[in-house]
Amino acid sequence: MNIHEYQAKAVLAQFGVQVPQGKVAFTVEEAVEAAKELGGKAVVKAQIHAGGRGKAGGVKLAKSLEEVEQHARELLGKTLVTHQTGPEGKVVKRLLIEQLTDIQKEYYIGLVLDRSQGRVVMMASQEGGVEIEEVAAKHPEKIFRETIDPATGLNAFQASNLAFKLELPPTAVRKAVQFMMALYQAYIAKDCSIAEINPLVLTGDGDILALDAKLNFDDNALYRHKDIVALRDPDEEDPKEIEASKFDLTYIALDGNIGCMVNGAGLAMATMDTIKYYGGAPANFLDVGGGASEEKVTAAFKIILSDPNVKGILVNIFGGIMKCDVIANGVIAAAKQVGLDKPLVVRLEGTNVEQGKEILNGSGLEIVAADSLADAAQKIVGLV
Amino acid sequence: MSILVNKDTRVITQGITGSAGLFHTQQALAYGTKVVGGTTPGKGGTTVEGLPVFNTVEQAVRETGANASVIYVPPAFAADAIMEAVAAELDLVICITEGIPVLDMVKVKRFMEGRHTRLIGPNCPGVITPGECKIGIMPGYIHMPGKVGVVSRSGTLTYEAVYQLTVRGIGQSTAVGIGGDPVNGTNFVDVLKMFNDDPNTEAVIMIGEIGGTAEEEAAEWIKANMKKPVVGFIAGATAPPGRRMGHAGAIVSGGAGTAESKIKTMEACGIRVAPTPSEMGATLYSVIEERGLLEVCKSK
Repeated sequence: MNIHEYQAKAVLAQFGVQVPQGKVAFTVEEAVEAAKELGGKAVVKAQIHAGGRGKAGGVKLAKSLEEVEQHARELLGKTLVTHQTGPEGKVVKRLLIEQLTDIQKEYYIGLVLDRSQGRVVMMASQEGGVEIEEVAAKHPEKIFRETIDPATGLNAFQASNLAFKLELPPTAVRKAVQFMMALYQAYIAKDCSIAEINPLVLTGDGDILALDAKLNFDDNALYRHKDIVALRDPDEEDPKEIEASKFDLTYIALDGNIGCMVNGAGLAMATMDTIKYYGGAPANFLDVGGGASEEKVTAAFKIILSDPNVKGILVNIFGGIMKCDVIANGVIAAAKQVGLDKPLVVRLEGTNVEQGKEILNGSGLEIVAADSLADAAQKIVGLV
Repeated sequence: MSILVNKDTRVITQGITGSAGLFHTQQALAYGTKVVGGTTPGKGGTTVEGLPVFNTVEQAVRETGANASVIYVPPAFAADAIMEAVAAELDLVICITEGIPVLDMVKVKRFMEGRHTRLIGPNCPGVITPGECKIGIMPGYIHMPGKVGVVSRSGTLTYEAVYQLTVRGIGQSTAVGIGGDPVNGTNFVDVLKMFNDDPNTEAVIMIGEIGGTAEEEAAEWIKANMKKPVVGFIAGATAPPGRRMGHAGAIVSGGAGTAESKIKTMEACGIRVAPTPSEMGATLYSVIEERGLLEVCKSK
């Protein structure tokens, strides 16, 4: 799960991470009011869940309240297109009004899971303010790393190693160490999957500040972070994806016309790949998961059909923990409730497959049965 | 012969009184697996399907002589359940549970250092040696005893591969689902080493997916060490970048971990990669035919 920059800064501040003073604004009036509190001068930053806002014109300096008003008016409601939003861009509905920072130098600090070690790694670089992936590709030697033992957490000496490698002035090293320790505390306490401070800045006064902040959270751990869940911005997410998450379904909207309902992420991806291979285009990724109930399957079906682009549906279930008879009952219940008028291809295999097939055959619905993944994909591509 | 599990494996089910734990214990018993008991804290002293239920794994191991466990407890308690099984010094722990927080698994991995237990999963279908022992949620009937090893990050896609082999008369030595999570107990290379050393495995099918670099590392290992033919498949060629595709592990970021780059590395390392998931079985079939292994791999 993603949150906005201003929310990330507020979360980090709770752990003692130094961030600039600022306030969120939903309207031009709120923006001006917030800037007044900062003494009239401010940075106006568009809040969307995507990086590259600066280059796309989403971050503006204002030297007076008039300029704050002007920038806020221009940005609110504007569609920002950055390299991370896709060509359709994202509409700006919130602004962060933040104090101006006297930037001496920009750095990068990030925390991320290193999958091959199964440990969290802190990365630091002098190449702040640019895409870290680019630095990693072109100058891997410019990124310094410290692997963190979960038993001890980030040790002060490790943070200090990084601070000295960044060649920070001696007076700022202690502050940087505190900053990194606090960042790690936040990462662990809130079950982050990514914490990125880009840029981290050294100010003219020798302070260390998070000028930008990006936090992503582990969806699996959200159950123990109600405060983070409350920060979810529905405007940033596909309503179908939100509906799906209520039923513990993994749904991702795509731009094709064949709705897919599959169990298991690997098989769901493989099903999408097969549809493409036979010349079709999947409308979604939908993993109904392992322990799906009839109710959950019905919900999944309705979500797929709420996409107006869907011209046909492919259900591909290889039952393991999921039982085919449960899927069959769910499909029938959903088809009857919504009055299904689109072609439906069903391929069932695995646990309780015979009961599942019997239920579908006896339902009186027009269901095209398929024997294999390839057969199912070819049939649905032929029907839409 | 086989790897990891066989007819002598003595299994306990952690979470045996839960609905998934109970259902799959019944299925395992029906398959012939030696399930010797189970645990559910607070339900010790009762029985399920004629099997004794214990409060703790330690007690279950002491009373039943179990050497393996399978975990069906909910995600919030699963990491603790793994550590409990590891502390009880079981040889093998298979965690089926999906949705364990990543940082919980980071702790588990640290806890396991220096201990001898092998963990499979989490978020995996389990391990089956057809005809001998089924531990996990895979449907037993699609399998057939034989000589092809199967290793996969995805559950249902493993069934797909196994099924395609069985309908062609190609049985399996052991099928291992290593799970789709970014931090897990056993990786491709660990399983490939075991298949390489197993006299009953003649060829291997390795099923990966987008995200991470596990498949690339496995491919390099295969090129340097593997004595047996390996066929591969990578799911997620059409997945949009930056999105998590169900599995916490399946995410393409910054151009790394794409299906294209994985397939390229695998092919460069001598692995034949099936062009579509429906051709996994056919691809393996043609490779073993070319290598003169068809007769030995055909199950009677």
